[in-house]
Amino acid sequence: MSVHIEFNNVTVRYGQDIALDDIDLEIKEKEVFSIVGPANSGKTTFLKCINRTIDLITGTKVDGKILVSGEDVNEMNNVYALRRRIGMVFPLPVGLPMSIYDNVAYGPRRQGISGKAELDEIVERCLKQSVLWDEVKDRLQMLGTKLSGGQQQRLTLARALSLDPEILCLDEFSIAIDPVTTMKIEEVLSGLKDEMTIILVTNLTQQARRMADHIAFFNASELVEWGETEKLFENPDKEITGRYLNGEFG
Amino acid sequence: MEAASNPFKPSAVEKRKTRVESIVKWLMFGMAILLIIPVFGILFHLFHKAAPVLSWDYIWESPTNRGKEGGIWLPLIGTFYLVLVSLVIVAPVGILAGIYINEYAPNNWFTRVINMAVTSLAGVPSIVHALFGVGAFVLTLNMGACLLSAACTIAVMTIPVIVTATREALAAVPMAFREACWNMGASKWQTIRTIVLPNSISGILTGVILEISRAAGETAPILFTGAAASVAVRMNSLGDKLMPYELDDRFMALSYHLHVVAEKIHGMPEEMKYGTAAVLIALILLINSFSITLRIFLRSRKKW
Repeated sequence: MSVHIEFNNVTVRYGQDIALDDIDLEIKEKEVFSIVGPANSGKTTFLKCINRTIDLITGTKVDGKILVSGEDVNEMNNVYALRRRIGMVFPLPVGLPMSIYDNVAYGPRRQGISGKAELDEIVERCLKQSVLWDEVKDRLQMLGTKLSGGQQQRLTLARALSLDPEILCLDEFSIAIDPVTTMKIEEVLSGLKDEMTIILVTNLTQQARRMADHIAFFNASELVEWGETEKLFENPDKEITGRYLNGEFG
Repeated sequence: MEAASNPFKPSAVEKRKTRVESIVKWLMFGMAILLIIPVFGILFHLFHKAAPVLSWDYIWESPTNRGKEGGIWLPLIGTFYLVLVSLVIVAPVGILAGIYINEYAPNNWFTRVINMAVTSLAGVPSIVHALFGVGAFVLTLNMGACLLSAACTIAVMTIPVIVTATREALAAVPMAFREACWNMGASKWQTIRTIVLPNSISGILTGVILEISRAAGETAPILFTGAAASVAVRMNSLGDKLMPYELDDRFMALSYHLHVVAEKIHGMPEEMKYGTAAVLIALILLINSFSITLRIFLRSRKKW
């Protein structure tokens, strides 16, 4: 498998505070790569660097190279072409204040897709992929914000899939949803693995163990260690990694 | 122990809480009632005193004999155009500047200078704006005292109202909505157009309403910049009547007309003074109630 995403000595600062300190790692194509670590360890910042939404936060500074498919994202002139290829799901579910249908069609429409048949097809496919279709298929015109938290989270996932991304980033997607739905989405992700690279930020170390090919452990803005999932669980290089993954510290 | 026999018996602290709660509530209710009294008092007094002259003819006829006779049409339509022209100038500038400051502006010294300018402008007394208007528009730009000069002066005076209202309305839209859109590859402008503006339009409209009320009510800024105690205009046709002023004409306005009839002219019948004030208030109330209705309609479509 070829390398899909590469971080070379990446340091991110928010004003004076260091959010990521000299990060070096590789994510391979079509694998599930999991990032674990306590709060405030830089996991979300890591994701925002990949699609450069970090640029939209004032006062941030990114040093080092971030390569996606071999291209430096910070050298790209047009970030929209980058973001379109990267689906993002953030921890707090956000239904946009518009209908369920419009929520999913939002991204494609901004890319200039306007044909009804084409949009219908995208909306149905994405809602099915995110295990929401059966619950909402008869009320697609209902407001997305009226859905329950768990449903909105799956709506967010459907939106992230609507642009057919090559990379799917999920930031603690299961924080607001029940275990049954979590398992369903995990199954979906396992299926999607053949089509896209998945980066899974999670607080549930067991979820990382179930899903991930590789794991990176972040702590206090630093990348403590990264490697194959089983190795990190069973035989980590650093003691702190083993303690965190096995739930003895956090 | 007694406490053991009834665990829900309120303690002294809890009794006090209940007492303070009800005192505070009634106190605030009283203040809210107090607020209504002057509003209704003013309205009743005005319309009661103005009642003898109020009629459609009074609104439709123009003042004659220096305002002692006739109606109120020329000042009324003058105020209408003053508000309209100032709004056309100030709304795009204020709203677009507000969007820039809230959505695009980086956090640097230049943005802080813009913010400081807006705040300072809001604190400038209206008579100073009047002098600025004379210096800038009437003299320097050589526009003369006219409707456009007065409208420009009003626009400068009210720009902070619109900028501030726009910024606050935009800031009330949750950041998460924007981030969700950016993550889907929407540009900032696409996000503003599709999510931010539709959900903040009612707040922006509040700023516009305030602008209208001030533009209609202020006397000082138009005093030297274009308002006249009387004007000579042709009144031959309906067209003349609906559009009596050109942009470079001096014009009559209700607020200034009230100032003139109330203070400057001897032997002014009482009801003519109150009539002018009543029409001014009615005009402002009418514009406000229209805008408030529009706002309620827009807010009901707000979706979170």
